[in-house]
Amino acid sequence: MKNIRNFCIIAHIDHGKSTLADRLLHYTGTISDRDLQEQTLDDMDLERERGITIKSHAIQMDYEFEGQPYTLNLIDTPGHVDFSYEVSRSIAACEGALLIVDATQGIQAQTISNLYLALEHDLEIIPVLNKMDLDSAMAEEVTDQIVDLIGCDPEEVIPASGKTGLGVEEILKAVIERVPAPEGDPEAPLQAMIFDSVFNSFRGIIAYFRIRNGKIKKGDEVKFVNTNKKYFADEIGTLKLDMVAKKEVSTGDVGYIISGIKRAKEVKVGDTITLVNNPCAEAIKGFEDVKPMVFAGIYPVDTDEYEELRASLEKLQLNDASLVYEPESSAALGFGFRCGFLGMLHMEIVQERLEREFNMTVITTVPNVGYIATTTDGQTFNVNNPSELPDPSNMAKVEEPYIKAQVITKSDFVGQVMNLCIEKRGILKNQVYLTSDRVEITFELPLGEIVFDFYDKLKTLSKGYASFDYHPIGHKESKLVKLDILLNGDQVDALSALIHRDNAYDLGKKICAKLKELIPRQQFEIAVQAAIGTKVIARETVRALRKDVTAKCYGGDITRKRKLLEKQKKGKKRMRQVGNVEVPQQAFLAVLQLD
Amino acid sequence: MAGIYVHIPFCKQACTYCDFHFSTSLKLADRVIDAMVTEIKLRRDEIKSPLKTIYFGGGTPGILEVSQIEKLLKAIQTHFDVHPDVEFTLENNPDDTTQLKCQGWADLGVNRLSIGIQSFSDWHLSWMNRAHNAAEAKMSIQNAIYSGITNLNIDLIYGIPGMRKESWEENLSKAVDLGVKHISAYCLTVEPGTVLGHLVNKGEEKPVDDEAASEQFEFMVDFLEKHGIKQYEVSNFAVPGSESRHNSAYWAGAAYTAIGPSAHGFTGHYRYWNIANNARYCQAIESNKLPQTVENLSRDERYNEFVMTGLRTTKGIDLERIKTNFNVDLRREFEAKMKQIIEDGSAKIENNILSLTKKGMFLADGIAADFFILEHEN
Ligand SMILES: Nc1nc2c(ncn2[C@@H]2O[C@H](COP(=O)(O)OP(=O)(O)OP(=O)(O)O)[C@@H](O)[C@H]2O)c(=O)[nH]1
Ligand SMILES: [Mg+2]
Repeated sequence: MKNIRNFCIIAHIDHGKSTLADRLLHYTGTISDRDLQEQTLDDMDLERERGITIKSHAIQMDYEFEGQPYTLNLIDTPGHVDFSYEVSRSIAACEGALLIVDATQGIQAQTISNLYLALEHDLEIIPVLNKMDLDSAMAEEVTDQIVDLIGCDPEEVIPASGKTGLGVEEILKAVIERVPAPEGDPEAPLQAMIFDSVFNSFRGIIAYFRIRNGKIKKGDEVKFVNTNKKYFADEIGTLKLDMVAKKEVSTGDVGYIISGIKRAKEVKVGDTITLVNNPCAEAIKGFEDVKPMVFAGIYPVDTDEYEELRASLEKLQLNDASLVYEPESSAALGFGFRCGFLGMLHMEIVQERLEREFNMTVITTVPNVGYIATTTDGQTFNVNNPSELPDPSNMAKVEEPYIKAQVITKSDFVGQVMNLCIEKRGILKNQVYLTSDRVEITFELPLGEIVFDFYDKLKTLSKGYASFDYHPIGHKESKLVKLDILLNGDQVDALSALIHRDNAYDLGKKICAKLKELIPRQQFEIAVQAAIGTKVIARETVRALRKDVTAKCYGGDITRKRKLLEKQKKGKKRMRQVGNVEVPQQAFLAVLQLD
Repeated sequence: MAGIYVHIPFCKQACTYCDFHFSTSLKLADRVIDAMVTEIKLRRDEIKSPLKTIYFGGGTPGILEVSQIEKLLKAIQTHFDVHPDVEFTLENNPDDTTQLKCQGWADLGVNRLSIGIQSFSDWHLSWMNRAHNAAEAKMSIQNAIYSGITNLNIDLIYGIPGMRKESWEENLSKAVDLGVKHISAYCLTVEPGTVLGHLVNKGEEKPVDDEAASEQFEFMVDFLEKHGIKQYEVSNFAVPGSESRHNSAYWAGAAYTAIGPSAHGFTGHYRYWNIANNARYCQAIESNKLPQTVENLSRDERYNEFVMTGLRTTKGIDLERIKTNFNVDLRREFEAKMKQIIEDGSAKIENNILSLTKKGMFLADGIAADFFILEHEN
């Protein structure tokens, strides 16, 4: 056990965690030349396509140092804010963290927030100055920033490059020398914490754990403490690039278990695994529940697929502990689920994963943040769906969630950043010069104003030189109205949105215009209207289709044309019929595509 | 009803909008024709009943020597039973429709010509890169009539970018004045891979405007009807009795044999099409192989085709027949759709026959697709 080291790699997005992980894995011979690709650990198609890490990924390396064999468990984590729950769970399975800082970018908002997460868990921090191969690397300046931030010696900061492999040996040395070996008693009753899980269509449900005390052997009868379910450990092992079955996994190590778990619900991250015949006295303290930032309805395009969608969400949740959902129904869309997400990217990823991994075709409705409404008779309740907002006549007040936001940017862009925040109803709280040309600005902002396009706008106006992090700070009373959308006079509940009264007219107009663009012309005219209560505030018309016929249909055209029309008909099945209007999937997200 | 379609894969030059299979090099012509003669023999058992229609299309059959046409015809007469009252159509372009050729064709028994006039305006013709001008267009009609072939179709094109309603009206008037009994009027389509498709892609040519096209369409339907030329299919108009028997057979789901590179045939059970490459076509036929792809149609696919082609005709589709032949009760299974198109004036039902109105006809594809049945649904 004294030769085990558990550490994670944390950083701001794109600072090079996964690339540096490649170097470590390659250097230690954990992956062969043949298996090596760029960001090997990003093994989901979605991760590779988007070039970002979505899931934490644990992998074990064997490394000999000064004649001693070591087992190093590395966990690569995502950098995007929406996946910070992945980071926090990874941190709980480690004693140390490599804090990577891109030498061309310097310290950014998630560098700080992820560092704090690690410090809360008393992790040993090893600062790494990455991308040193680039000419634009600002070694001294960024080293100073790091020294300031974590109070270390400048010598402790390891210069490295995920491209050239610079610093790899030194990093491994630091991990071994500075990260404490796990503590725990191998002879005590088994106490292992589940920090992740996944549904695999061949192997069933797989749970990943970190052992605090005791050991687990193949064939042991184990119990999941929270759910009180018992299983036999059919297979246990450790995680290399693939799973490696073992006879035994012991204290301090990270491993997996396959045990014939039937239902996704039986596995909860944060749960403790122990032995049935020699149980531990108490469960390990689990994780805090995630608080979703954004809510949206997810509905099957084909109403018959509701149960399938439920099963898919259950399985997806195994691998995405930050996803929450509960059933709801919509007049326009039938039965579906109101889901909670950590942000817009998270929402997008969930929809994509449902489509790719579970073959579901779904509609995601207009997202909103969670409000609190108080009725005139003094009752207070959560409003996670526009349709839950009480009628204005018996609503005493409605409160919207606020956040505290930290923006770090170059001093050149302070003006623009301020303008953006004020435009988003923000209140300036603080402004600190970190160095002569780097500023940290603190704002209080309504969450509803920032979840949608704030980050994109921030990046654009600062030419990429602004980073952003936020934390919820509770609710504040607000002037909110429900904006309804009508298609040919029928209200479509799935398109309703809760918005600030001052934005209503502007947004109403923009949404109508966007819908006009997204709804294909049909055999009849379609009126698209935005309304508050009974008052229509904007209107657009989708003109009727005038021509939808090919000129020629002779002997040689018939097959080709039939196939074309069959394809067209299939395409229509991806649309949702609302009244007599066919509405394509992406129209339900029209609100997000406004500029 | 049975017919034969003979595809002549040669053209003098490429029109801006055309995506048919053809070659502008006549070098291979004799070899291709010999191969086609062999193919006619190879396919002799495909159709049992006498041929009621023979159709030479292309490409441009008109650019062949009369003797080459004769060779093909002889082969057909040798291997197939030809009905005495056969409709024998030949497609050609105005510049090939000389007096001499017309006479030659007439002597062979060609009794219907389909002339690719496209327009009586020189400006439109040069925009389309056609080989003829307006004067030749008129002359070709006269030559045909003079040789005794009076059953004439002319092709016209509307919906050309920038075409005004007046110039379309002028085109139609000329056609009517010249006494043609049949007009095929096609709305210009931007096909990918054509010169026009390319220009539109590059933004150098604007695609045809829907509104203008549908206006020209509706105008044409009324205008021709006033002059005794009735619409009987989306793009086909005729003096009653002069409808194309060959094309009508396609829409009625009748069988036809196909000869020549890229030609499509239908046996009633399966469709097939020949390879669209002249040299490879010849190679295969010369070793007595049919270079064809065959596609068997499921019942649903036959139903889809029946609906798709039927709704393009003013005859419409017989709901009883659909029930018997395909076991689909349109009224029940597509109740809402049916109601909608009847209420909005796109379609009507008379004597159990569903047909599209002038308004619906220009939306025929979308309406047909709505009635489609997709395999995996059952
Ligand atoms: N020149 C240079 N480029 C690097 C280096 N490390 C990473 N990159 C590039 O930086 C980009 C981001 O690298 P990743 O390894 O995906 O970064 P990450 O921190 O894992 O990103 P997330 O997981 O999405 O937060 C990629 O384009 C890499 O090729 C480095 O040391 N030098
Ligand atoms: Mg990564």
